[in-house]
Amino acid sequence: MTGFRTLLYKEMLRFWKVSFQTVAAPIITALLYLLVFSHVLAGRVEVYPGVSYTAFLIPGLAMMSLLQNAFANSSSSMIQSKVTGNIIFVLLPPLSHAEFYWAYIVAAVVRGLMVGLGVFSVTLVTVAVPVPHPFWALVFALLGGGILGALGLIAGIWADKFDQLATFQNFVIVPLTFLAGVFYSIHSLPPFWQAVSHLNPFFYMIDGFRFGFFNASDVPPTTSLVVVAVCFAALSFTALQMIKRGWKLRH
Amino acid sequence: MAAAIEVRQAYKRYGDVQALDGVDLEVRPGEFFALLGPNGAGKTTLISVLAGLARADRGDVRVMGFDVRENYREARRALGVVPQELVFDPFFTVRETLRIQSGYFGLRSNDAWIDEVIERLDLTAKANANMRALSGGMKRRVLVAQALVHKPPVIILDEPTAGVDVELRQGLWEFVRQLNAAGHTIVLTTHYLEEAETLCSRVAMLKNGRVVALDTTRNLLAGVSGIHLKLKLDPDRLPPALAQHSVPGPDGYRVLAIQRHADIPDLMIALREEGVTVQELELVQPDLEEAFVQIMGRR
Repeated sequence: MTGFRTLLYKEMLRFWKVSFQTVAAPIITALLYLLVFSHVLAGRVEVYPGVSYTAFLIPGLAMMSLLQNAFANSSSSMIQSKVTGNIIFVLLPPLSHAEFYWAYIVAAVVRGLMVGLGVFSVTLVTVAVPVPHPFWALVFALLGGGILGALGLIAGIWADKFDQLATFQNFVIVPLTFLAGVFYSIHSLPPFWQAVSHLNPFFYMIDGFRFGFFNASDVPPTTSLVVVAVCFAALSFTALQMIKRGWKLRH
Repeated sequence: MAAAIEVRQAYKRYGDVQALDGVDLEVRPGEFFALLGPNGAGKTTLISVLAGLARADRGDVRVMGFDVRENYREARRALGVVPQELVFDPFFTVRETLRIQSGYFGLRSNDAWIDEVIERLDLTAKANANMRALSGGMKRRVLVAQALVHKPPVIILDEPTAGVDVELRQGLWEFVRQLNAAGHTIVLTTHYLEEAETLCSRVAMLKNGRVVALDTTRNLLAGVSGIHLKLKLDPDRLPPALAQHSVPGPDGYRVLAIQRHADIPDLMIALREEGVTVQELELVQPDLEEAFVQIMGRR
């Protein structure tokens, strides 16, 4: 356990030492989205009855920031260590495969939660958003952060160069999070794009998370929970197998 | 007692390069062992396989009796590696780096030993400096310290003195000698063959992924054929019969390669007949470099 705790501590210290970039900056970005979109759309769009567009937007933005930052944490840590060569400091010690995996995942979730919570608390100043089901919100935040942390770890292990990772991030992660219904309910989409959205696992993370706030969602939260839990289990299994086999880490 | 390091028929291929081609090697506990060879001979690959940074395609590789794949946790706990590349984590200070490295090995309160290592490697003044702010030599010391945080019974140093100043080199070797005296097994690769000659009791030489020599340093030196005579002559010329034995020597000196000590009297006679006086004469002892050159050239 000491090995796991130390690697977790190191992973958290790593982003915390540059928290201006890793925590403060994404909070600012999310607030800018909120400012612009709520200015343009408030009063014109009502997604759920009685919920203002600004209030609708806040949980989605918080979750999107959480997911993107969870991914950024594990992926950038892994690729930096690989490119600079200091990955050997974690490859030489007797860390077990599970210790290695969970340390990266928990650190990614912690950073995601810090950013998500930061977005949420700052926006509270403008709009009060109720949280009738905090447990649901927390479960989706943890699982969503875990999924993106695992994706980040896999992408970081796979990538040999920074630009490969940036490609993955810009062409896969960002579109999937953006199109997951952060800014709209998928019920407003044409049937074809609704069906496509149902294939996007990110949609279930955000929809389930939003259920915690509005007691309303596009699909039942239990359905979302099953999808999200299965995704996390599958990605965890994949990542653990990669670590066990030493793929791209131990040559 | 299990061998400190045991390698049986290890093979490793990278693309077209057969980096390890059936390596057999055993290092006994408490030995001070040198692993020598030209660039690309497979030294670093062998170390990587021992450390679990690379995996052998075939073969049996053990550290203190623990298979590096089956019992990877025990094997890694028994091993400290100073890598050849100057790597560091720019986010942390020297002390943070060492505390974190201890934690990876499961050690929670290791500050007394960390302090001692910091002091022995002359890092005290830099203990709280960020790794980025350190010179190359200082970064090298931290790498040595990182390899020692868990007091491993087997320590591998891959070119630890490359690009390091004389002062650190001497301090480092004194420290490593003491670790060896305290029972740690030391395996060393170096380009400075005189270091290997003075420090190591046994030597393995690698070439093209194979062990081409494995013996005590003394036996390897004894196996060097020929004796070198360093001469200062007046006038500075050699009779034609001797000139063919001449090898290049330092300025103002002639160096003659002869087969046996018994050849010396004939040589002196030949010189006197030529009218040449010997002003200085020195018998040059064979060194490990000579042995290295001969062995590498031979096979």
